Amino acid sequence: MNTHEPAAVSHETAERRILCCFGILTVLLLLLLTLNLLAGSSRITPGEAFSALFRGETGETSARIIRSIRLPRLLAAAVLGGGLSVSGYLLQTFFGNPIAGPFVLGISSGAKLLVALVMIVSLGKGIVLHSAAMVAAAFCGAMLSMGLVLLASRKLRNMALLVVCGVMIGYVCSAITEIAVTFADDSNIVNLHNWSMGSFSGIDMGDVAVLSGIVVPAVLLAFLLSKPMAAYQLGEAYARSMGVNLRRFRTALILLSSVLSACVTAFAGPISFVGIAVPHLMRSFFRTAKPILMVPACFLGGGVFCLFCDLIARTLFAPTELSISTVTAVFGAPVVIWMLLTRKRGDTK
Amino acid sequence: MSNAESFVMGSVEGQAPTLSTEGLSVGYGRTAVVDGIRIRVEAGEILCLIGPNGAGKSTILKTLIRQLQPIGGTVLLENTPLPDMKERELARKSAAVLTGRIAPELMTCEEVVAMGRYPYTGMLGILSDADREKVDETIRIVGMEEIRKKDFDRISDGQRQRVMLARALCQEPKLLVMDEPTSFLDIRNKLEFLSILRRLVRERKLAVVMSLHELDLAQKFCDRIVCVGDGNVRAVGTPEEIFSGDVIRDLYGVEHGSYDCLFGTAEPERNSASPRVFVIGGGGSGIPLYRKLQREGIPFASGVLPENDLDLPVAKALASVVITDRANEPVSAERAEEALAVLKTCETVICTVDQFGTVNRENRRLRDYAEEHGLLKRENLMNCKH
Repeated sequence: MNTHEPAAVSHETAERRILCCFGILTVLLLLLLTLNLLAGSSRITPGEAFSALFRGETGETSARIIRSIRLPRLLAAAVLGGGLSVSGYLLQTFFGNPIAGPFVLGISSGAKLLVALVMIVSLGKGIVLHSAAMVAAAFCGAMLSMGLVLLASRKLRNMALLVVCGVMIGYVCSAITEIAVTFADDSNIVNLHNWSMGSFSGIDMGDVAVLSGIVVPAVLLAFLLSKPMAAYQLGEAYARSMGVNLRRFRTALILLSSVLSACVTAFAGPISFVGIAVPHLMRSFFRTAKPILMVPACFLGGGVFCLFCDLIARTLFAPTELSISTVTAVFGAPVVIWMLLTRKRGDTK
Repeated sequence: MSNAESFVMGSVEGQAPTLSTEGLSVGYGRTAVVDGIRIRVEAGEILCLIGPNGAGKSTILKTLIRQLQPIGGTVLLENTPLPDMKERELARKSAAVLTGRIAPELMTCEEVVAMGRYPYTGMLGILSDADREKVDETIRIVGMEEIRKKDFDRISDGQRQRVMLARALCQEPKLLVMDEPTSFLDIRNKLEFLSILRRLVRERKLAVVMSLHELDLAQKFCDRIVCVGDGNVRAVGTPEEIFSGDVIRDLYGVEHGSYDCLFGTAEPERNSASPRVFVIGGGGSGIPLYRKLQREGIPFASGVLPENDLDLPVAKALASVVITDRANEPVSAERAEEALAVLKTCETVICTVDQFGTVNRENRRLRDYAEEHGLLKRENLMNCKH
């Protein structure tokens, strides 16, 4: 990072580097998609998987496992992982702070709280909610936490304090969720408990359609915001003086990041560290912070990261499954610590 | 003659101003910080806001670029009221260099400059060849070719300010607004920055509004000065008008010390006790000694100085007694007597001149008297060469 190549060369190498990075991410994504398809408690050969996917032989057990369990699960992991890290990237841009993310700011927990409450109420009445309703509940919860964080951010100029505040909001939401779960009927708790720990299991193709229908357009919209985001990196005042409509831009940023993290929480529960770790990894990997590259990079990288973590969650102690947050924390938290340490060194220079 | 006239006049009357304000009051919330601001800036002109800390200079500047809503009155940019302008239109007409430090991550200087093309690029902000050419040209103009590929985080304050100037110029503005652009620069960078600016203003007919704390630089580089203080605009005028008399002293409320408008130097308050040292100086040779005595808290007298002597402004600011005489004439006997009387009350006499001529013959007598009576200390503090 410290080497300064001659001007003409460095421009070309930077471009080549970016192409390489996207290439590597795509290869990793394909590799992990295949691995996630094939790995698991029941052995399935690549041939069987191929025919299950493309020939439509639904009769066999292996085909059923592929089509209705593994395929939706891996698609959900890829899309939601991508959405989550884009959500984190948007929040980091908004707060100008690399440790902001939907989990640390309590936004995931807010979404979790409302989803839990809605689930308990509806399950008590014997209603099975459509996944879209769950997303709506999660969105309300996310906006609630977001509102609190924004209120706090008006008072707290210090970003570290804001993060602490977000963590506290997260704890409060989790505590209320726990209370609600404690008083819920026994039969509901198992279900809720699994979900509230975070997991990609139990997602069907219908859910995948709904979540893709939300995450993909939201990420595209985020991509369209990359121009004002780049200006915003120079600070609010400069962004405004270059012609960014700040009010509209900030509202869009908040809504998109909330929609993304709400959608993830509604389907897979709160997932920690992806939103911070992946954008940071992508920045160091691409050696740039240009939003126009970072939004697609975070989407791809988030997908890769979550597929990798889900693979481990499913297979490491099979047949026992780990919660996805456990695995993302193991891989994500060190990245965050590394980032804090290297940033500190950068500051003193 | 006509050339000289237009040089002095600066701007041509009747031409539409780039920026003008009418009854503008600025502030935060509902409280006005500065009231009744009426300024006009023409193309090719630098207007400078000066005034004490907290007078509201930044508030005015922020209002001029629509970062703050005015509390009353209007701002017209090329005859269009600011509220009637679309974001992009405004960004193509005005650009800013602000005080806050920016800390963009992983951005090269060139990329920061290229951000200035924002109001001209399309939906995704991708630079066209024309945009790239503009960026290259601007980088050349401000002279930052060597640092263009460097990380913005790793350059000096002086270089940073150049990058921010280049970024603003990339917006191709008609009006450039800058808030204390030279505050953290060393003297060389201050001069270079303002010289680049001066050239740009002349060549591109840019209108500039900025605030400066360095009064001497404001006097040397700006066409018109606006004095902001006590909640209103105290005076507007050319540097020649503002930097004369007591305008500056009153504006800043300088009570303990003095400000010399001609040289732009500030001196601390004099020690007005009865003098203990008598200085025989002249031609600038006494100035370092006056300042040294002032620092050490020793009251002193100075004389006899002709009224056009280089020593005089500092002597008048710092000495408790100054004996002067008409310029270009030999020192008169009465003045010499007066000086001798003061000299006799002092413990020490210091002479900073080596040679005496016919005009200051009387000063040589003063020195000789001191030498005879063992009062003389020869000290030449003229270390800084002219």
